[in-house]
Amino acid sequence: MNALKRNLLALAIAGTFAAGAAHAQISDNVIKIGVLSDMSSLYTDLAGAGSVVAAKMAVEDSGIEKRGIKVEIVSADHQNKADVGSAIARQWYDTDKVDVIVDVPNSGVALAVSQITKDKGKVFLAVGPGSSDLTGKSCSPNTVHWAYDTWMLANGTGTAITKQGGDTWFFITADYAFGQALERDTTAAIQKAGGKVLGGVRAPINNQDFSSFLLQAQASKAKVIGLANAGGDTTNSIKQAAEFGIVKGGQSLAGLLVFLTDIHALGLNTAQGLIFTETFYWDMNDQTRAFSNRFAPKDKGIHPTMVHAGVYASVLHYLKAVEALKSDDGTKVVAKMKEMPTDDPLFGKGTIRVDGRKIHPAYLVEVKKPAESKGAWDYYKIRATIPADQAFRPLADGGCPLVK
Amino acid sequence: MQALFGQLLIGLINGAFYAMLSLGLAVIFGLLNIINFTHGAQYMMGAFVAWFLLTKLSIGYWWALLLAPIVVGALGVVIERTMLARLYKLDHLYGLLLTFGLALVIQGLFRNEFGSSGLPYQIPSELTGGINLGFMFLPVYRAWVIVASLIVCLSTWYVIERTKLGSYLRAATENPALVQAFGINVPRMVTLTFGFGVALAALAGVMAAPIYQVNPLMGADIIIVVFAVVVIGGMGSIMGSILTGFGLGVVEGLTKYFYPEASNTVIFVVMVIVLMFRPAGLFGKER
Repeated sequence: MNALKRNLLALAIAGTFAAGAAHAQISDNVIKIGVLSDMSSLYTDLAGAGSVVAAKMAVEDSGIEKRGIKVEIVSADHQNKADVGSAIARQWYDTDKVDVIVDVPNSGVALAVSQITKDKGKVFLAVGPGSSDLTGKSCSPNTVHWAYDTWMLANGTGTAITKQGGDTWFFITADYAFGQALERDTTAAIQKAGGKVLGGVRAPINNQDFSSFLLQAQASKAKVIGLANAGGDTTNSIKQAAEFGIVKGGQSLAGLLVFLTDIHALGLNTAQGLIFTETFYWDMNDQTRAFSNRFAPKDKGIHPTMVHAGVYASVLHYLKAVEALKSDDGTKVVAKMKEMPTDDPLFGKGTIRVDGRKIHPAYLVEVKKPAESKGAWDYYKIRATIPADQAFRPLADGGCPLVK
Repeated sequence: MQALFGQLLIGLINGAFYAMLSLGLAVIFGLLNIINFTHGAQYMMGAFVAWFLLTKLSIGYWWALLLAPIVVGALGVVIERTMLARLYKLDHLYGLLLTFGLALVIQGLFRNEFGSSGLPYQIPSELTGGINLGFMFLPVYRAWVIVASLIVCLSTWYVIERTKLGSYLRAATENPALVQAFGINVPRMVTLTFGFGVALAALAGVMAAPIYQVNPLMGADIIIVVFAVVVIGGMGSIMGSILTGFGLGVVEGLTKYFYPEASNTVIFVVMVIVLMFRPAGLFGKER
């Protein structure tokens, strides 16, 4: 697998040298996009190969190649390991002439890649990772954080549920950077809304059996059990919570990060009624539906998640900035991206703040009952829209050194 | 205190899966001397066959319990006849490498086809709901898992250790040539034993399908733990693997209560300690 990727990479590089056209400002005459994602484990469906598809679609739709600028896309699997991800990022930047890394689900890996990107003066379009630290205390002039973050999820779901009367919480948290950030941000949102956190448990990532943790959650008598995890961990905990009669017993479940692919995997029978926050749903308007109709056949029928949408939109905006600047100098491009307002078919009009946070509305969604759904992928009812200026952490609260 | 009882019971349930899986491994290693790394993939295939039967052919859980082990066991027989049979004369390592490679191939193919989020499989309607035991809520399905696994484990142990068929098998491990001389078809017996071990993995897969997602990676996640169980129990020891499976399930369950962050490493810590003091495992014989 890796050997194959290396060979493909080598071919791609050879191709680059063969091409040899002259664009003075763009290094080695080609913009090289590296999609670094989870290609083999729990986040594959919500990002993975679909992120590569989305990046390719963004390049196509930008029309940049028709204007004589060559774009190449390479991809690799970080295996959810920070050391593996860092090694790939370094190799890409140092020897493979990659200009921009995009996606990187898994906050642990993303924080490492963000630091490397800053050191090398390149660009990191963070879409898959959730940790709000990427635009907070670990913010970087070279990183833009698209789609979602833990503060936004916590604020959307935590505040909404607490205000509806779910004012005592127990957390089941994935024990790494993302889960811890999500728990911290949600706790703050709950307390601000007048609720209380009774306790929590830190489960190792990629855990199979959640029954021990669910039993502890049950014993806590909290009204809401917050699942500060993602991907397969979330689906397994929701499925097993149903088995242990958590919801029937009067407690409710709050999925803090749930993706469309998770609902597809669970089936509506198990997932119905679940409330959570998203920033994108394929069935929102004609433009999102059109994108989805083009995307799904290229990714085994999977309809785009907010990560796929974020990869598409961020790459599109990046290419616009490169063209406007006529340069692919990383630090300058990110500054340009922040200066230009964003406009794309999936997230609409938006902006990128000085701390790197992309601002757009968020949506509180509820999973449909099986009877309400017209078929596969028809899963959400949008219950509320959180306007862009309220969806994300206020600029001053993040502790990002770039904010003065 | 009440919470502790609950955790003990949960531990036993998880132990039931460890026991069933490590039992299959122990049977295969004990009688064929093959370290079967495809075991996790075969467990996963069991779950997938159940899913396929239900969604494509509308054949429910109970039939799947019978059919999935037969289908996957038959595939195991094919693997044994076409590939493993060529390696018996060589070192253990070759079998290990072959099965490890096969496991990666099978998993990769399934992941490519079905993605990584998994597929839904509902608990059969007869086994939904739960019983309130006072100290915990016990889902009926989990109770069924523990009972079924005990029956399967103990009957396997009985057949191998206490019946005539079992004695042939054990004799064939010690001295195949002599057993063959008595007119027993040893290669066929070996093939069927491998098929049986694989079928056990598939059975565990069917039983796991309603609890976990039917997921191409479900085997990879559990197989390493199961190998640790087998090593701790003593390679090849049937009763050892059953007792260790249940025992380590309990140890893991308690860790999830007292120090959850360590729950995915505790089994390996136990393995290191056991290997330092009893290199052949708790129930194994030094060779």
